[in-house]
Amino acid sequence: MNAVIAIAGVVITELYRRKDFYVLFVLTAVITLLTGAVNFFNDPQIVRYLKEIALLLIWISGLVIAIGTTARQIPAERENRTIFPLLAKPVARGQVILGKFLGCWLACGLALIVFYLFFGLVSGSREHHWPLVNYFQTLWLQWMMLGVVIGLVLLGSVVFAAPSSNATIVLVIVVGILLLGSHLNQVALQQPEPVRSIVYAIYFLVPHLEWYDVRDFIIYDSPLPGWADFGLATLYAGVYAALLLFATWLVFRRKPLNL
Amino acid sequence: MKGRIPFLVLLLLLATCFSLATVIQPLAQGWSKRAGSGSVLKMLLGDSRRLFANHFFVQADVSFHSGYYPSIFDQAQAPGNSRHMTAKEGDAAEEEHEKQMNFLGPPRDWVERFGRHFIITAHTHLQGGKEREMLPWLRLSAELDPQKIETYTVAAYWLRDMGKVREAEDFLREGLRNNPDSYEILFELGRLYRNSHGDTARARNVWDLALRKWADQDAAGKKPDPLVLAEVAMNLARLEEKEGNLARAINRLEIAQKASPNPEVLQKQIDGLKNKPVAAPSER
Repeated sequence: MNAVIAIAGVVITELYRRKDFYVLFVLTAVITLLTGAVNFFNDPQIVRYLKEIALLLIWISGLVIAIGTTARQIPAERENRTIFPLLAKPVARGQVILGKFLGCWLACGLALIVFYLFFGLVSGSREHHWPLVNYFQTLWLQWMMLGVVIGLVLLGSVVFAAPSSNATIVLVIVVGILLLGSHLNQVALQQPEPVRSIVYAIYFLVPHLEWYDVRDFIIYDSPLPGWADFGLATLYAGVYAALLLFATWLVFRRKPLNL
Repeated sequence: MKGRIPFLVLLLLLATCFSLATVIQPLAQGWSKRAGSGSVLKMLLGDSRRLFANHFFVQADVSFHSGYYPSIFDQAQAPGNSRHMTAKEGDAAEEEHEKQMNFLGPPRDWVERFGRHFIITAHTHLQGGKEREMLPWLRLSAELDPQKIETYTVAAYWLRDMGKVREAEDFLREGLRNNPDSYEILFELGRLYRNSHGDTARARNVWDLALRKWADQDAAGKKPDPLVLAEVAMNLARLEEKEGNLARAINRLEIAQKASPNPEVLQKQIDGLKNKPVAAPSER
């Protein structure tokens, strides 16, 4: 376990040494503040458009950080040949994968905390109330979703040749699931057999990442899902992340490390 | 000297940028004057700006429903017009809309059933001043497509409802500048004069103009909305009746009758007016 934590620590250090997070945070902050400065019909109480834009930027930034950070982990270790001394410690390949996952996931969590602090400040300054429990639930669900995405990128990084292709493919898959995931059953029902069964099977197989997008509840001040649903969604994401990590380990344990 | 070359190159580039900016700036101003307001956007986005404008208008509707809105997969059930956006509880348009928005149906499987906990599933409309949250999207929509008339009428309706009469009037006037033949904007402007300013004379003039614009469009074969004609004519009839001009009131009701979905109700009103004793018209 110590080895896993040590590897995770290195990944987190890498996040705050690299510029990605800072650039995305500054961009999010600047766009949000500029949008917030626009005067619409002399009404300073209008706030939902601002929350909508800020949360959209946080979601995009979260995905870019998760995919960007994770996609280069294993390929960089192989390219720099640092994977050999790492495995000679001795650290098992499974521990490397677990450490990389934990590091990326915790790094995303830290980034999300900073983003949501900023969001809370901006929205609170206009609304004059801070629904902290709702912010926590939204952040948590987004973090759980990013756990599945990180698992997917780690699997991609041992399957695809280059980090860029891996990042692009996973981004397309994730955006596809977010936009279409909940409607695949409707699409399936309109298809003839055997396409219907194939699409329905995909519908049940893909991780339903769209569940974790509860931005609307925050934007429109609606009560969030109950704690039981919240727990079940957490469990669902945990199972999918574990499944993806196991698949990554299965591919990685026999993979030659020389490029 | 060698060490200074990069700085000199940098200075040269900066000077070039500055010179180019001084040349391009007046040209850019010329671009924006070429086709009236919003022409830079028009030039950059072309006709696609109408798509974006429509997206922002829909976004205002989504905001009005607090996130409960049909997706592209439920488009058959999507509201076909914007009447519900200016309807309040109990209105006929609202009741019709209530049926339209019942698009979710029972869940088809456990994924959908569980997923419903993470989306907004209650059909509500903004109220209590929260309607202001639609306004940014409507403003953006008008910026991108100044010819989208319903943007002005919906925004002005809610601005008026929130007591922002001056902003509503300014926005309608902006809409009228961009769409000088719009009877819908004139109708809304008339409502503003009558309801918010109590200026019935101005309201009558604007509504009379709206009737003429409607007739012009009808003559040109543009198929103007008959419901708006009925509303304009009925509002005018009420004004005329209040001021004792019964003949004109009857004339307006007859116009409304031709376009109304309930002509028999209007016929009763016409009969009532015909049987009413003639009083001296009040001073205008």
